[in-house]
Amino acid sequence: MNKPIRVVSVFCLILFMALLVNATYLMYVRADDLGQDPRNRRIITATFSRERGAILVGKEAIAQSVPSDDKYKFQRTYSQPFKYAPITGYFSWYSQTGVERSQNAVLAGDDSRLFVTRLVDLLSNTDPKGGNVQLTADAAAQDAAWAGLEDLPGDAQGAVVALEPTTGRVLAMASTPTFDPNGFASHDFKAVAELDKQLNADPSEPLINRAIGTTLPPGSTFKLVTAAAAIESGNYDADSMVPGGFRFQLPQSSDTVGNYDGGNCGGRRITLTQALQVSCNVTFLTLANELGNEAMADQAEAFGFNSTSLEDLGGQAASLYPRDMDAPQTALSGIGQSSVTATPLQMAMVAAAIANDGDVMRPYVVDEVRAPNLSVLDRTDPQSISKAISSTTAEELTRMLVATVDDGTASPAAIPGVEVAGKTGTAQSSGDRPPYAWFVSFAPANDPQVAVAVLVQSSDTSPDEIGGGVLGGPIAKSVMEAVINR
Amino acid sequence: MSQTGSLMSGGLMTFVHRRRRGAELFLLVLALAVGIGAYAAVGLGLEGEVPADIVGYGGWLTALIVAAHVTVRVVAPYADPVLLPLVAALNGLGLAVLRRLDITYEALGFDQHTFARQQLTWMTVGVVLFIITLVVLRDHRVLQRFTYTAGLVGIVLLILPFLPVIGREINGARIWINVAGFSFQPGEVAKVMLVIAFSGYLVLHRDALALAGRRVVFVDLPRGRDLGPILAMFGVSMMILVLQNDLGSSLLFFGLFLAMLYVATERPGWLVVGAGLFAAGALAAYTFVGNVQNRFNFWLNPMDYYDVTPGSYQLVEALFGMGWGGLIGRGLGNGFPERVPFAYSDFILSTIGEELGLTAVMAIVVCYGLIVERALRIALISRDGFGKLMAVGLGAIVALQVFVVIGGVTGLIPLTGLTTPFLSYGGSSLVANWVVIALLLRISDQARRPAPRMDPVADEAEADSEHTQVVKLK
Repeated sequence: MNKPIRVVSVFCLILFMALLVNATYLMYVRADDLGQDPRNRRIITATFSRERGAILVGKEAIAQSVPSDDKYKFQRTYSQPFKYAPITGYFSWYSQTGVERSQNAVLAGDDSRLFVTRLVDLLSNTDPKGGNVQLTADAAAQDAAWAGLEDLPGDAQGAVVALEPTTGRVLAMASTPTFDPNGFASHDFKAVAELDKQLNADPSEPLINRAIGTTLPPGSTFKLVTAAAAIESGNYDADSMVPGGFRFQLPQSSDTVGNYDGGNCGGRRITLTQALQVSCNVTFLTLANELGNEAMADQAEAFGFNSTSLEDLGGQAASLYPRDMDAPQTALSGIGQSSVTATPLQMAMVAAAIANDGDVMRPYVVDEVRAPNLSVLDRTDPQSISKAISSTTAEELTRMLVATVDDGTASPAAIPGVEVAGKTGTAQSSGDRPPYAWFVSFAPANDPQVAVAVLVQSSDTSPDEIGGGVLGGPIAKSVMEAVINR
Repeated sequence: MSQTGSLMSGGLMTFVHRRRRGAELFLLVLALAVGIGAYAAVGLGLEGEVPADIVGYGGWLTALIVAAHVTVRVVAPYADPVLLPLVAALNGLGLAVLRRLDITYEALGFDQHTFARQQLTWMTVGVVLFIITLVVLRDHRVLQRFTYTAGLVGIVLLILPFLPVIGREINGARIWINVAGFSFQPGEVAKVMLVIAFSGYLVLHRDALALAGRRVVFVDLPRGRDLGPILAMFGVSMMILVLQNDLGSSLLFFGLFLAMLYVATERPGWLVVGAGLFAAGALAAYTFVGNVQNRFNFWLNPMDYYDVTPGSYQLVEALFGMGWGGLIGRGLGNGFPERVPFAYSDFILSTIGEELGLTAVMAIVVCYGLIVERALRIALISRDGFGKLMAVGLGAIVALQVFVVIGGVTGLIPLTGLTTPFLSYGGSSLVANWVVIALLLRISDQARRPAPRMDPVADEAEADSEHTQVVKLK
């Protein structure tokens, strides 16, 4: 009977080899795939229970994990929840947004740059800790931006973005209405789901980061792009005489468009500087009509339209300048109407590019990634993404924008003793809702440290008061002051 | 001298085995280190300190193992020295893992959170039965007298769960009986009884089953009239499957019978017939038994049935857990084995995979492989046909059961409900498996014991046995 016993032995050997091979396949080869499965609660719970790294602004941790005595061991807390919610996002058991999401690997301690730290933790048998993320935000600028939006009358919807023109660092990013990320970080998952449902149903869309996620017609602030295209064409400079007057006859149409105040901008022929100072619709309708859709689109795209450039945050909308607009639409695009839409971030990038000799810098919110012991692991390098305009064009535009603040519609942003460049904007909205108020500016004009864009989407202010930069100007001013005086 | 000895004993037995009890003791110390060390690690991992009862627990475990070892030393001195350490290590590790689950279950407020303590009680019963078996049963061939009795008892045990008063259906399988408040799976005892019955039957009828038949293509097929036993056993297996809804046991009994039939007759033809019957049975089961169809679908596409009922939630959670464990595991107490339903019984391997990693899973599979290897080695060197068949049968039980349950839990084959020998919580299984080991040790003691002396000269042969060479037996 020994021969069949040997056969049975070989058969058993095959069975056990199959078990070993399959176990190796499952627990080594397939392990990563299984870890990626969104239903794998082990991974989620483990991440949720870890001592997650802090998100820092300056030296202050605006998001950090503190020990809690329930089974998840750590509770995520946000010290200034509403003010920084558009940047930090939230960290809940279900998902993450904002920097909590984009820097999840670092914060959770899984990032490859934290390898050495993890190895030390493993050998010393301590629980792994996440790395820290240092934001580019400036606490004073963010305070000013948030206070400005908070002080708007009524339940205003608005957003502020401030950039450092030479680098693209996001110095401030605020949005109202917003939400409390502490609510999402709760360990009471039922309440979290309820909160999520409630905020998603809210018509004022508090979960949207309006600074990067809302696109609206940029109105008169887009005249910066039109003016840039005109000067870049070589036919104009700040002192060129351009058409003014009461009304502009739209091509291929019987319609005419007038100026915002119904005036004539100071004459039939005015300088380009004066046209910008008084925000003369007729002039920029004429220029856009003359330059044509292609030249206008090229200029808009050079500033960053039709794409997104911020890589650290999700939920971005691309600002749009369509390439297939007909002649009347193209003319209207010259004053930021028709199909042109922009985010506050995009308009801040336009201002920053003018301030930075025409170089468009990639905006970023994450400055440094640090190990749990605060040693710097990685630092974001400023990166130029395009040359929107020549430096002479930038100089001309800066001169015109300074005049607009000193002696024109953007005067609410003037700071005593500092040269400020700025432009107001008011875009039409439908029906009886008030128009959107825009304001873009940078300062100091001779050595720009900050470029700001402010959008006030709706507020209880009467339409008359919106146009003159009444709403946006003071907010932009306080943000610029905060940066200049730091 | 050895040649003289071989001549004296009829030219068959030349090699005299050493007792190797010292080696067994050494291995048992290692096995105890695994069991007690794991128990301490559970305390450290979950509660931050070595459990307060480590001395009492370790002492009890040591006492059981020492008792088993001393018994073997006294009544089966030539028994295989590797088997007892292997099962001691597995049983000890199983207890530690159950203790680990108990702590979490208690923290979560589950009703049942004393699995480890109960299992230790059952282990005590198992070791006592192990000792009784070795002490009472001095020669396994005595069992051959009880061939038909054992067969009858085995069948009755299988039928018991259907009886109205004592039968119980738990978790969809009617394989339990309840006597005086204790639940018991008679099938676990039945498998030992059936091995005895098959061995006795086959050793008597092997010639008739082996020699008659006709050749078809290259395979010798058995005669129709000899198909009776295999058909009967096939019928019993199908009955277990359909009536008890127990795919695993059905597979186990039929595979066991087939392996023993093949070894007894030395005819691969039986394997062909058996495989054909199995395929037909599997196809019929797939077609007519919804449960089997589900299991098959869950196996093929586990991820698609994660959140349906009935679904593959249990399997997928086990796969997630083991994948998360990776090479070295999360460490005892750092995983979430409680996410897997029945982590303390059928799915105990997923707990081990999650917290101790692939390394431990491989070590455990190798331990089982060694148990099977020792059983088949005992079969090879056993001098009587009955002993050979019993050793093969007992080895096949372990091999099939381990393959079916570990293969099922790791997604290699469709999932069927069986316990993992010595690791899973379950009194019936643990006690029965300790008896299986006792029987294997008894057969190996008989096989390795020096041949009965025919001549005074043999004394010297035994004294010189250390210098003898291995002579291949065929």
